[in-house]
Amino acid sequence: MTPEARQIVFENVSKFYGEVLGVNKVSFSLGPGITSLVGPNGSGKTTLMNLLTGLIRPSQGAIYVLGLMPQQPIEFFRQVGYCTQFDSFPPGTNGYDFIYWPLRLHGFGHDQAAKLTNEALERAGMAEVARRKVAGYSKGMRQRIRLAQAIAHHPSVLILDEPLNGLDPMARAESIALFEAIAKQGMHVIISSHILEEVDRISDRVVLMSSGYVVAEGQIKEVRREVRDHPMQILVRCSNAARLAAAAFELDHVVEAKILNDGHGVLVRTGDAEQFYLLLNKIVSGGLVEVDAVAPADDDVNSIYQYLIGSDGGPA
Amino acid sequence: MSTQDLVAGVQKWSKEQPWRLFGSQISILVRNEVSRNLRRRIWIYLLALAPVLIILTHVIVGRHSVDVAQMEIDTDILAGIVQLYYFRLGVFFACMGIFTWLFRGEMVERTLHYQFLVPVRREVLVVGKFLAGAVVAIALFEMAVLACFYLTYARFGSAGKSYVFDGPGLGQLWSYLLVTALACLGYGAVFLALSLLFKNPIVPGVVIMGWEGIAPIFPAWAQRLSVTFYLKNLCPVSVPIHGPLALFTVVAEPVSPLIAVLGLLFLTIAILALSCFLIHRMEVTYTAE
Repeated sequence: MTPEARQIVFENVSKFYGEVLGVNKVSFSLGPGITSLVGPNGSGKTTLMNLLTGLIRPSQGAIYVLGLMPQQPIEFFRQVGYCTQFDSFPPGTNGYDFIYWPLRLHGFGHDQAAKLTNEALERAGMAEVARRKVAGYSKGMRQRIRLAQAIAHHPSVLILDEPLNGLDPMARAESIALFEAIAKQGMHVIISSHILEEVDRISDRVVLMSSGYVVAEGQIKEVRREVRDHPMQILVRCSNAARLAAAAFELDHVVEAKILNDGHGVLVRTGDAEQFYLLLNKIVSGGLVEVDAVAPADDDVNSIYQYLIGSDGGPA
Repeated sequence: MSTQDLVAGVQKWSKEQPWRLFGSQISILVRNEVSRNLRRRIWIYLLALAPVLIILTHVIVGRHSVDVAQMEIDTDILAGIVQLYYFRLGVFFACMGIFTWLFRGEMVERTLHYQFLVPVRREVLVVGKFLAGAVVAIALFEMAVLACFYLTYARFGSAGKSYVFDGPGLGQLWSYLLVTALACLGYGAVFLALSLLFKNPIVPGVVIMGWEGIAPIFPAWAQRLSVTFYLKNLCPVSVPIHGPLALFTVVAEPVSPLIAVLGLLFLTIAILALSCFLIHRMEVTYTAE
């Protein structure tokens, strides 16, 4: 088997809904283990997962999962299980049938499908309520029955869109343990979440997304380092801007301090915002500069990082 | 047998015998879809059964008039019901309800992704769903036509029995059943394709209805693109109506029954092939619905 045949590959993938951007120029490849797609709501995580499974088609680029494309559904969906975020079910179905009939479509006979159904129900902790109508399930139970359906045919690639949403702490811990067990078997597990803390402990790598772009990708430590090293722009509106700029320049982590055209402020680029804010406090309390306003000037990547990783930027 | 062996065994089997896999998938799709369809859409049952109720009323009201002349009139009425009501309205709108809902309904209910996330070719999905719709529509309308036929002739006693079994009655019944089944297939294929082409297939459905009505005034080659052209050729009794309404029943350039059957089946298969092409372009974007 070639290395590509063991990988999930995005090659310059873009998706536009009319003029609205879904994802833009996404390129990366993923090996086995747990990968987390992390980003705020609307960042393109679900779009990426739907592209991966062929529910939507890329406007440009190509996607390969273990060397297969969704246009080869028989081979593709034997290898792939997708637990979507769509909280809807065929009307009138019960938990057992919800898993059993798709297995029959895989080609399993009655006994085989029944065996796999019961096994999946056990793994997802849903065996006792399997004969109840899905319409009567709680949100957490609906989440778990979808998970059970996604893993029932023993896929090599498991894609989970916000799988921990709606789960109580106990079910959350059980689900995470299940994902880890699946990944340890050499499978690919791709999990999306808008909360990095939720998934970073179990992730082998993360893909950070914002507004349809992949803003960072790699092992969790690398991404955190990238966050720390990424210079941040801070706009300070103040009197005596030259004095503040001079003081800022004395700090190692300040890359640039530019006095504004009107002379009433400084735009600072720093690799350590915390240290800069401490300096600013010192200058202000010394009465050397009067500060009118302080605000992050780049509200995009850094703010996403801060949102996702927290203000400390240190390892978990 | 371990689970891994079981999974590997099925993968091997489906690779070696893909046609058996397709057959098994189609039968499962038909089973599931039929049970879904039969549970809903009460108005479709009403569309099919409305003439049965009308004929039943006619039987009760006219129970004293059971002579041969009346039987001839009732034969024409039955022909009118089949040609003017079932083909133009009943089967047409029922097929619109059943077949447009096969995919579009799953979009509305946000369940279509389950169909697209299993190892089933999308063409197989189209065929499975079409057959399920056809089973429901044909079963419903065949029963309705059968009931209409029975009610029409049963009240004439031995004369009616003789007309059916010793006269042309049984042949007419077979023709009606054949034509009804073909109508379900033809209209079903049309509405399935429309549901894949348009988010709201009602408006194009009305256009199709208009086309089916005015097709007889077009050249012969254009008439062959309408479902009713083939159906009219197979109707055993001509309806004695005149004026503009005759457009619905008169066959300007008749073709043989065999050509009519094969022509309609060919038209159905061609439209289904178009649906198989369209389904590949379909995306699951529920927010756009």
